Amino acid sequence: MEDALIIRDLHVRVEGKPVLRGVDLTVRKGEIHAMMGPNGSGKTTLAYVLMGHPAYSVDQGEVLWKGQNILELPPDERAHLGLFLAFQYPVAVPGVTVANFLRAALNERRKRLNPEDKGIPIPEFRKLLREKLALLGLEDSFAARYVNDGFSGGEKKRLEILQMAVLQPEMAILDETDSGLDIDGVRTVAEGINRIFNPNMGILLITHYQRILNYIKPHFVHVMYNGRVVASGGPELALELEEKGYEWLREQFAEQPTS
Amino acid sequence: MAEAHLVREARGIGPEAFEAFLGTREEPEWLRQARQEAWQILRETPKPGPDDEAWRRTDIRALSIEDLVTVMVGDGVTPPEEMRQIVERQDDLAGGLLLFDGQPALRWVDERLERRGLIFTDLLTAVREHQDQVAPYLDQVVRPGDGFFAAMNAAFWRNGIFLYVPRDLEIPLPLRAVIGLQGAPTDFSRILIVVEPGAQVTFIDERLADDAMGAAFHNGIVEIHLKENARLTYIALQNWGRYMWNFTHERASVDRDSTLDWVVVGMGAGVTKTFLEVDLVGRGATAYMSGVFFFDGQQHADYDTEQDHIAPHTKSDLLYKVALKDRARSVWQGMIRAHPGAQKTDAYQANRNLILSPHARADSIPGLEIMANDLRCTHGATVGQINEEELFYLMSRGLSRAVATRLIVEGFFAPVLDRIPVPDIRRQVDAIIHRKLGVPSEEEF
Repeated sequence: MEDALIIRDLHVRVEGKPVLRGVDLTVRKGEIHAMMGPNGSGKTTLAYVLMGHPAYSVDQGEVLWKGQNILELPPDERAHLGLFLAFQYPVAVPGVTVANFLRAALNERRKRLNPEDKGIPIPEFRKLLREKLALLGLEDSFAARYVNDGFSGGEKKRLEILQMAVLQPEMAILDETDSGLDIDGVRTVAEGINRIFNPNMGILLITHYQRILNYIKPHFVHVMYNGRVVASGGPELALELEEKGYEWLREQFAEQPTS
Repeated sequence: MAEAHLVREARGIGPEAFEAFLGTREEPEWLRQARQEAWQILRETPKPGPDDEAWRRTDIRALSIEDLVTVMVGDGVTPPEEMRQIVERQDDLAGGLLLFDGQPALRWVDERLERRGLIFTDLLTAVREHQDQVAPYLDQVVRPGDGFFAAMNAAFWRNGIFLYVPRDLEIPLPLRAVIGLQGAPTDFSRILIVVEPGAQVTFIDERLADDAMGAAFHNGIVEIHLKENARLTYIALQNWGRYMWNFTHERASVDRDSTLDWVVVGMGAGVTKTFLEVDLVGRGATAYMSGVFFFDGQQHADYDTEQDHIAPHTKSDLLYKVALKDRARSVWQGMIRAHPGAQKTDAYQANRNLILSPHARADSIPGLEIMANDLRCTHGATVGQINEEELFYLMSRGLSRAVATRLIVEGFFAPVLDRIPVPDIRRQVDAIIHRKLGVPSEEEF
């Protein structure tokens, strides 16, 4: 199963409180999976745990990717295995330009593949960056700005997708990439994602709303509630959720009161 | 000629040492007298101790004044090639000057500028050849009474750098000087800068010694006279070896409608105590004070700054950024003073500290003294660690912890480094930062 991200019985605690309570999910390359669910159901925790955020402790379960359990690896090594997380709330890094950041990231990867590598030649990097900026409808001057520093919500989300375009991951987790965007913003970002997506790449698209799925067609839709995947299906499931909302989940899957 | 190779030594600051010192000097009477007066003040000024407010956080009890070599005559040795290279004739400089172990070792100035009255030479030569431009200014901005080390320098200074820019002369390229040490155990040098009305210049000074030099002592004075409607960009790099004692008194007097852009970079020395002050003496005067400091190991650095608004309608803006690693310790003590009548003062000071290891420590002490009532004075001080969310974000893109840390530190310094108008210096500072972080340098994008 070289070509799949396999999550098995994943249990995660945050500050002592269980947040994921046995998540099972498999995402193959060439597939787009949408993970939906109400706020607080554990979607963002899942995204962070997959990328290796230090604040989350895994109690149980495994995440297999490229033949190994990645849960023990630091975030940079996961990135070098082709994993990518587009953050719901991208972090500002004042004083560091988008261009320098991306070049450092690319060079790190080249160095891991070949310790002798001297880094990407600057003209080649400029060409690559300009190409990807154009893909997302961004001005060249965007690359000279400090990473997420003073960015609007839409600019932050576009920078996440720009990074994905440059780094070309094999498995991308997109955490609420549509949140905080107006309808034009959702369309621009979705178009960017569609252009980057390819058969050698899997996407786990985490979203609260159905609307981004008007632009990105998932192969599978899952519903997360209370730390578990409670329903899975095809694209029609998203429409059903849109219609019914999330209330019915509460009735069906709420914790049984313990006495 | 044999005499030139003689190295006579005397130690301490007592009457015999001072007498011996004067015996080695061939100087005009006015200077001799100035030294005498300074020495008198020095005799009456006790060595600072932990009870002195300005010295509470910097302990110099281990420094023995009696053992300092105050008298030293010799022709020095050949300066290392690396030092020469910095100041050698090159297209992007207007002049270069190297003082090595207290002796002028290299000097050149663009002849066209020299013909128009620019003076850029060592201070002893200036005293001999340009007395009229030196005598009225020496000891006038930093006075022997300003402190123990100021008095000691004024009495015992051996040489220094003199920069004089005549009226309305605009120097398009920077002038660059190195004060280098290798064999001399002590350095008493001073820098005197006079910028006449309407003139403009950029001056870069670097104080340079190798760690391998071991224990040594520097006592320096920097005096800046910036007259009306003039402009000075002054970049000072402190790159002493890490076992040096480093004491300076530095002050600029900024007159009407003039602008001082003063960037201080501190990376070296073992123990530093520095007073950096601007006096805004003319209406419309502006001073920017920027600082980039990175200390590691056991380095200790204590910076005392003053922004003195004496005339109305003056502006000052201080931003000092400090990163600390290992067991390094820094102190910044800043004072904005709006004197009576300094209405419409616009003053700002900020000190930001980034602590990279649990044993490093930064003290940040802002201060305001307001004796006028129509003004705007603000300050900010922060001490923080590397943000774990920032690290995680960068590492999620494949950067190792070390490279992510390097980017964050570079980003931290960037707003100040962006104020350095000379790309060469910027690269040099970046390289030192990388060395201290233990990561290799990359080319600039």
